Amino acid sequence: MNIPTGYKYTDTDEWVRVEGSLATIGVSDFAQDQLSDVVFVEIAVSVNDTVKKGALLGTIESVKAASDINLPISGKVVEINEALSDSPELVNSDPYGKAWMIKIEMSAPDELNNLMDDKAYTTFCAGREH
Amino acid sequence: MTEPTLFELSAAGRKGVNYPDSDVPLTNLPANLLRKDLPMPELSELDVVRHFTHLSRLNYSIDGGFYPLGSCTMKYNPKINEVTSRLSGFANTHPLQPIETVQGNLALMYQLQDLLKEISGFPGITLQPAAGAHGEFVGVLIMRAYHASRNDAKRVKILIPDSAHGTNPATSSMVGMEVAPIPSDARGNVDLVALKAACDDTLAGLMLTNPNTLGLFDENVLEVVRIVHEAGGLVYGDGANLNALLGIVRPGDLGIDVMHFNLHKTFSTPHGGGGPGSGPVGVAAHLVDFLPAPIIEIIEPGSEEMAPLYGFKTPSKTIGRIKSFQGHFGMLVRAYTYILMHGPDGLRKVSEYAVLNANYLLSKIRSTYHLPYDRVCMHEFVVEGFWPDVHDVHALDVAKRLMDYNFHPPTNYFPLIVKEALMIEPTETESKQTLDEFADVMVKIAREAREDPQLLKEAPHNTPVGRLDEVKAARDLVLCCWVPEGE
Amino acid sequence: MFIPHTDQETREMLEAVGVKNLAELFTAIPEKYRFPKLQLPPAMTEMEILAEMENIAEANESTKDLVCFLGAGAYNHYSPAAVDMLLRRGEFYTAYTPYQPEISQGTLQVIFEYQSLVTALTGMEASNASHYDGATSAAEAVILAYQNFRGKRNKIILSPSLNPQYTATIRTYTQGHGSLIILGADARPDGSPEDLVQYLDDDTALVIVQYPDFLGRLYDYSALIAKAHEVGALVAVAVNPLALALFKTPGDMGADIVVGEGQPLGLPLSYGGPYLGIFATRKEFIRKISGRLVGETTDSRGNRAYVLTLTAREQHIRREKASSNICTNQGLLALAATIYMSLLGKNGLKKVAELNFHKAHYAAEQISQIPGYSVATAAPFFNEFVVTCPHPADEVAAHLLEHGILGGYELANDYQGMDNQLLVAVTEMNSKDEIDLLCEVLAEVNHD
Repeated sequence: MNIPTGYKYTDTDEWVRVEGSLATIGVSDFAQDQLSDVVFVEIAVSVNDTVKKGALLGTIESVKAASDINLPISGKVVEINEALSDSPELVNSDPYGKAWMIKIEMSAPDELNNLMDDKAYTTFCAGREH
Repeated sequence: MTEPTLFELSAAGRKGVNYPDSDVPLTNLPANLLRKDLPMPELSELDVVRHFTHLSRLNYSIDGGFYPLGSCTMKYNPKINEVTSRLSGFANTHPLQPIETVQGNLALMYQLQDLLKEISGFPGITLQPAAGAHGEFVGVLIMRAYHASRNDAKRVKILIPDSAHGTNPATSSMVGMEVAPIPSDARGNVDLVALKAACDDTLAGLMLTNPNTLGLFDENVLEVVRIVHEAGGLVYGDGANLNALLGIVRPGDLGIDVMHFNLHKTFSTPHGGGGPGSGPVGVAAHLVDFLPAPIIEIIEPGSEEMAPLYGFKTPSKTIGRIKSFQGHFGMLVRAYTYILMHGPDGLRKVSEYAVLNANYLLSKIRSTYHLPYDRVCMHEFVVEGFWPDVHDVHALDVAKRLMDYNFHPPTNYFPLIVKEALMIEPTETESKQTLDEFADVMVKIAREAREDPQLLKEAPHNTPVGRLDEVKAARDLVLCCWVPEGE
Repeated sequence: MFIPHTDQETREMLEAVGVKNLAELFTAIPEKYRFPKLQLPPAMTEMEILAEMENIAEANESTKDLVCFLGAGAYNHYSPAAVDMLLRRGEFYTAYTPYQPEISQGTLQVIFEYQSLVTALTGMEASNASHYDGATSAAEAVILAYQNFRGKRNKIILSPSLNPQYTATIRTYTQGHGSLIILGADARPDGSPEDLVQYLDDDTALVIVQYPDFLGRLYDYSALIAKAHEVGALVAVAVNPLALALFKTPGDMGADIVVGEGQPLGLPLSYGGPYLGIFATRKEFIRKISGRLVGETTDSRGNRAYVLTLTAREQHIRREKASSNICTNQGLLALAATIYMSLLGKNGLKKVAELNFHKAHYAAEQISQIPGYSVATAAPFFNEFVVTCPHPADEVAAHLLEHGILGGYELANDYQGMDNQLLVAVTEMNSKDEIDLLCEVLAEVNHD
C-alpha cells in the first residue's frame, strides 16, 4: 500500500497536498485498490465554485462499485483535471500524481488540522483490511 | 462462436414481410416533416428466424436445466399459462374499451385480487405495479401518503435490516425517505435492541424481507412488528420470498401493513430474460384508501341470473396512477391460471416442497460449504463460497465452474453480510434426482478447488463464450452496432 | 404435475434433513398463525382450467369481434407470425436477467440489437434495455433531468397534449420530491408548442412534449427545443415509434431524451400490458440513464461478446444513492419489438407507417364530409385525429358500439369542455370497408 508522506488523508480515503494556500485533492491508493479497475470519474463541481468541506466533489466508478468523493476542505475551485474523463484508469496507475482531481484555493486552512497524516492513515487502513 | 448482428446480416432490398397495397386513395405526405433515411436492417423471414433461433441457443433457461438462482424463484413455468394468456379474448382486447365489452378481463382481475387477498391476508390489493421494484415503490409511496394524511410528515426514516433485499434502500430514496440500516443478530433475525434504539417519532416504517435473504424466517417477527407499530411506524413486507409461505402463514395475519407480490416468482409467470414482471401490492385495512388508481370493483351487484358488472374504482385517498392502463394483464392471466390449478392444498404443497428441497440440498452440501447461520432454512439458504485453506478461490469461481457442468450458478455476492455468499434456491419443481446431481457437482467442485484451482479460476470452459472483459465494456462503452452516416 | 416428488423420495429427503414430517420444517413460524386454512377454489386440471379460461375470454368482445378505431396510447397492429413463434422459445422466456453473461449471450445480443434499432429509429445515440412502459419511461426522464441538475432546477414543463396517463404517472412518481413544480399540464390540449415557451426559465430542468401528441398532431419541435436549450433546460420527446419510420426524428430536432410506448412495434394489445418503455438519450446522458444497458466487449478467448455494463450505478450497488430502483427491463417485449423491426426492416416499417397515414387521412377526409362532423386536427397528423361530433362523444361512441364499432376515445375523460370530441385512430388493420362503415354509422347518429 502506497501512503506517501507530506499528504493529508481523510477517513473516506481522499488525500490533500498543500502548496501555499493551494490544495490539490485526489483519492488514495487504498481507495483505488478497493474499487479495482476504475472506469469513470465524474467531477461534480466547476471552476470558480465556492465549496464546503464535506460536500460532494464527484463520483468514481469501477465495474464492481461506485463511490462518492467528498471535499476534504473548503475553498474556491481553481482547476479541474480534465484528463480523468478520458483516462479514468489513471486513478489506478497513478493515484497521487496524474490522477489528481481538483485544486482549491483554501478558505479555511485550519481544517487541515482535522485530517490524518500518513502515519495515522496507515494505521487507519490497516484496521480495515480483512 | 459469434452470431453476426442484424446489421451484419442485412442485404439491401431483402424483405421479411409483405403488406397489402393501400385500398384507399393516397394522401400527400408532409414533405417538411419526413425523415431522410431509415437505417434499419433488411432481412428475409428465414434470416430472422435463424438469427433468433441461434441466439436462443446461447441462453441458459429453466426449460434447459436447473436454475437455483437465490431470491429469484426460478421454478418451472407451466406451458398452459402461455396458452391461456394468448387466448384471443385476452390478447386482443384494447385497454380503453368500454367496460361492458371487457367483463371477462375485469372479472378475472377482480377474482385475482380476491385470491391474493385470501393467500396473503390483506384486505386491499392493487394489480397495477409492473414488477417487484415497482410494487415496492408503490408500497413506500402509500406509507408516505398515510403519514401525510395524519399530518405526520416528519416521519421520513425507513429502517432496513442488513438482510433485506437490495432494492429497498433505492426505493426509499425514490420516495424521498431517509434510510437507516438495522443489523441482524447471531441467529439471522432482526436485532431487537438496535431496532428499539432506532424507533423514534421520525420513523416512517421498517422494510422487512421475511424470510430474509439468508433464507431464514424471523423468529421474532411478531415482536418486530409490535415495536415498529408502537413507535407509530408501518411495516413493509418484501414479498419476494412468498414462495416459502403459501398456506404456511399469511403476512397480513402477522400485522404486516403493506407487501408486494412477485407474480413472476411465486406464481410462475415467466421471467422473460429479465421481464416483464408483475408486482401487485396488498395492504391492511387502514391503507386501502391509498391504493393506486384504478382498482377493480363490482359496480353493479349481480343476481342469480345476472353476473355482476365489474368496473374501475378510484380509492378516496389514492396515491394516483403509477403506469399506463391496468397493470401487466398478460401476467395476471398466467398467475390466475396457476393459482386455480393448484387450489389451497396445492399451494401449501408448493411451499412445503420448496422448503423441503432447500433443506435437503443444504443437508447434502453443508459439510463441504460453510453455513454461517445454522438453522432450518426456508425456501433458500446461503453458504460461503470459499475455503480458508484454499488460497485465492472465490465464490465467483465456484459459480463459473458450475456452468461447465450445465448448471446455472446460484446468486453470488449477495447478501452482503455473508462473505463470498452463494445463495441457493432450488424451488419445489426440481426432483430429488436433480438435487442429488447438483449436490454431487458442488462437492466435486470443492475437491477441484484444492486439487486444480486453475480449473475454477479459468472456468467456464464449455460455454458459448468465456469470461467477459467487463472493464473494457465499461471503458469503451459500445452500446449500439449501428453507426450513423458521416461519423 | 409440477412437483415431481414420489412418496418414497419425500420420506428419504425428510430423513436426510432430520425431521419427521413436512410440518416440522416450519417451527419458526408463530404457532397461532401457522397453516391457515385458505378459502380458495379446489384445484383444477389443465383440461378444466383451459375450458374455464376460454369461458372468461369469451365474455370479452375483442378487436377480432369489433371494428377497432380506438388508440389513445395503444394501437391495433398486425404482428407477423414469426414474432410470437420465436417468443415461445423457452430458451428466451424461461431465462432471467443475464447476470451470467457466459450463458446468456442470446438475451444480451438481443438487447444490444434492440438498443441499436431504437437509436436508429429515434435518431438518438444511446438506448437502455427498456423501462416498464411509455408512462414510466416519461417519469424516468423527469428523474434523469432532476438528477442531471443535482436538484438545483425544480421546474418540469409538461405539454398539455402529453398523454394524460403519462402526466398522472409523473405526478405520482415525483411525490417524494417536494421541491419539484409541474407546469403547463393543465392548459387546454389544443394549443401549440409555442405556448410552452412562457414557462421556460433558468429553473427549468425538463420539458416533455409528445410526437405525435395525444391529439394525434405532428409538430416539428426544433424551435421549442432550441429555446429550451437557451435556458439550459433538457427536452424529452414522447414518441409513437411507428411514426418515426416515416417522420423526422426527435434526434434531428435536437431532443435530449426520447421516451415512448413500444407497443405499436408488434406487441399484442393484451388489455394494456405488458408493454415496452422506450428510453433513449444523447451520448452525454448515458451514465445518467437508469435501468439496464448492454455493451459490447470481448471474452477470454478473444471473441466478440456482450455484457451488462455500467451496473455500478444500479440499485443493488448504489443502494440509497441510486437514482431509480428499477431492476428489470421488459426483456421479452424488447425481444418482440426487435424481431418485429427485423422482419419488417427498412421497407416494411416505412410501408406500414404509410398505410397508417393514408388510411387515417382517408378516414378524416370522409368524416369531414359528413354533415355535422368536422376534423379538429389542423396540424399534420399520423394515424390519429380528433373528430368534433354533433352530439356528446359518449353518445356517438355508444351508438357505434351497437354496430360493433369501437369508435375511438372520448376526450371528455381527460379534458373539460371537450364533450363532443372523439379521438379516432386508424391503422393498417382497418380496411376501406371498415372506414366506410364507420362513416355510415356516424352519419346515422347525426340523423337520430
